[in-house]
Amino acid sequence: MPTTGHAWKYGDNINTDVLFPGKFTYTAQGRAEIASHALEDLDPTFVKRVQPGDVIVGGRNFGCGSSREQAASCLVYNGVGAVIAESFGRIFYRNAINFGLLVITCPEAAQAIQPGDEVTVDLARHRITTASGEFAFPPFSASVGQILQAGGLVEYVKERLRT
Amino acid sequence: MTTDATRNTQYAAPQTFAQKALARAAGLDSVAVGQVVDARPDVVLSHDNTADIRRTWLEFGQERVTIPEKLAITLDHAVPAPTTKHAQNHAEIRAFVKEQGIRNAWDVGRGICHQVLSEEAIVLPGQLILGADSHTPHFGWMGAFGAGIGRTEVATLWATGELWLRVPESMRIVLDGELPPGVTSKDFALRIIGDLGADGGLYASVEFSGSGIEALSLESRMVLPNMMAEFGVKTAYIAPDEKVFEYLAQRRARRDKGQEIGKLTPDPISNLKSQISDHALFPDADAAYIAEYHYNAAKLEPYVACPHSVDKLATLSAVAGTQVQQAFIGTCTNGRLEDIAAAVEVIRGKQVAAGTRLLVIPASREVLQDALRLGYIAALVDAGAHIGTPGCGPCMGNHMGVPAPGEVTISSANRNFQGRMGTRDAEVYLASPAVVAASAIAGKIAGPQAILD
Ligand code: SF4
Repeated sequence: MPTTGHAWKYGDNINTDVLFPGKFTYTAQGRAEIASHALEDLDPTFVKRVQPGDVIVGGRNFGCGSSREQAASCLVYNGVGAVIAESFGRIFYRNAINFGLLVITCPEAAQAIQPGDEVTVDLARHRITTASGEFAFPPFSASVGQILQAGGLVEYVKERLRT
Repeated sequence: MTTDATRNTQYAAPQTFAQKALARAAGLDSVAVGQVVDARPDVVLSHDNTADIRRTWLEFGQERVTIPEKLAITLDHAVPAPTTKHAQNHAEIRAFVKEQGIRNAWDVGRGICHQVLSEEAIVLPGQLILGADSHTPHFGWMGAFGAGIGRTEVATLWATGELWLRVPESMRIVLDGELPPGVTSKDFALRIIGDLGADGGLYASVEFSGSGIEALSLESRMVLPNMMAEFGVKTAYIAPDEKVFEYLAQRRARRDKGQEIGKLTPDPISNLKSQISDHALFPDADAAYIAEYHYNAAKLEPYVACPHSVDKLATLSAVAGTQVQQAFIGTCTNGRLEDIAAAVEVIRGKQVAAGTRLLVIPASREVLQDALRLGYIAALVDAGAHIGTPGCGPCMGNHMGVPAPGEVTISSANRNFQGRMGTRDAEVYLASPAVVAASAIAGKIAGPQAILD
């Protein structure tokens, strides 16, 4: 199922501290509380205005910094459909996949998409469609594909433990 | 040091450290760059995030962790507990440790995870450690493969003992010559990241080598792989040598026998040492690298990373004079004895400037005990510093030295992102411990030279 929403565009090196502040990382519990701190130190308007299916667009090294998983899960809990960036911090990338969040490395799309643009991401066809054109992205590796298909790592491991 | 014993078959192409370490962890003869392997780590690290990991793990319906002997758990990130919620979090972790019979667990005050696991020789050269902490590449100081992972992945390891990892590309960073006086491995790390960017090592395994690296003390080596997390790497590596094997053998023996370091009979130590060195891994001379950078140590100088990014490099002289309200010496990067000694050398007999606070938090209890014994703590307190419980302190903004809005901190930590120390509208500069100490005395960013009478 393709996901469609509007773009929130940020710059290079968007780090985990601005995605989800470290001071809440051992105390915030549950979807609502984790969702409420998303992007608090980057864009205080985000939580109030984000709509289900919206897409975050970043530059280079999106999600660099801490291993904290809430930097990815807070986006999922706000209904974000995908993150498109020129490149990703490696732990954020893993965390996002593990929460079933589409993280797409596509420098051309990340540069072309403007704030507020309507963006459609089609995982099956590896395509991003926007006002400024269509962009292809490489398919995920088999292990990543399996986790995404299961809906995240917890579900994937549960399935594996059952068999 | 490289022997054919670490070459697995006559057909295998030359391998980097990362290839050898991941092949071993996956039980394979050799692996190719880009290959995805199911790796079984030797050590699985978690800290104050262990309670949250447990909540995820419970979803798997298990009653016992499958690899209790591989878990290493420290309480270090918010210690002693600043709020009831944090205290509750710690209590849950203690209960879990007890219930699962986790032997390698350390409570509040023992120190920061990376320092404690090093001091306790929990990780050994050639091993794979995966940790729910982004600075897990730290263990490259001893030639181990350390990588940060997420909490759900740690829960997965508790349940299954294995995790997929992609074999990374490797790059080499060579330091030739000896660092000039007053220039530290911290300055070298800041310079690399400043030159090549916060994503300059993205996803790669960085292998350090060269005479400048061999000349470093073990404590100074620890700074480099630790800081490489800010360079985007998956892991970083320094070839282990005699000094490393000796350090680890002494500490392994102490842990196993409850003896004092240095008072052991030589026999079990030499035994242990050869066991540890036999397990070490070294890259093949003709392994393939995606990039190679050379630095001349003599040309490096003291540097500072400016707000709000570790790659915003400035020379010390370019930012000298910037007013600071707080100076912080500590963290897994630069909170060891050598760092405190460097600070004391600058500070002894002087006073912290009015309007500036100096906070010193040893990286571990062992560092604190040594610093007490050597009179460093007394010298720091005499100068007006305040001392905190071994642990992360305000590094990630939990407590114990959070800045006010508008304030400037100079810190010996590894990360200065906006809001990192808990306050969005505060600025953090990063530097070596001696520069942080001199800045505390001057009340503004300064080098040790500037505060000489
Ligand atoms: S001292 Fe700072 S960087 Fe090191 S483990 Fe603690 S919070 Fe992380």
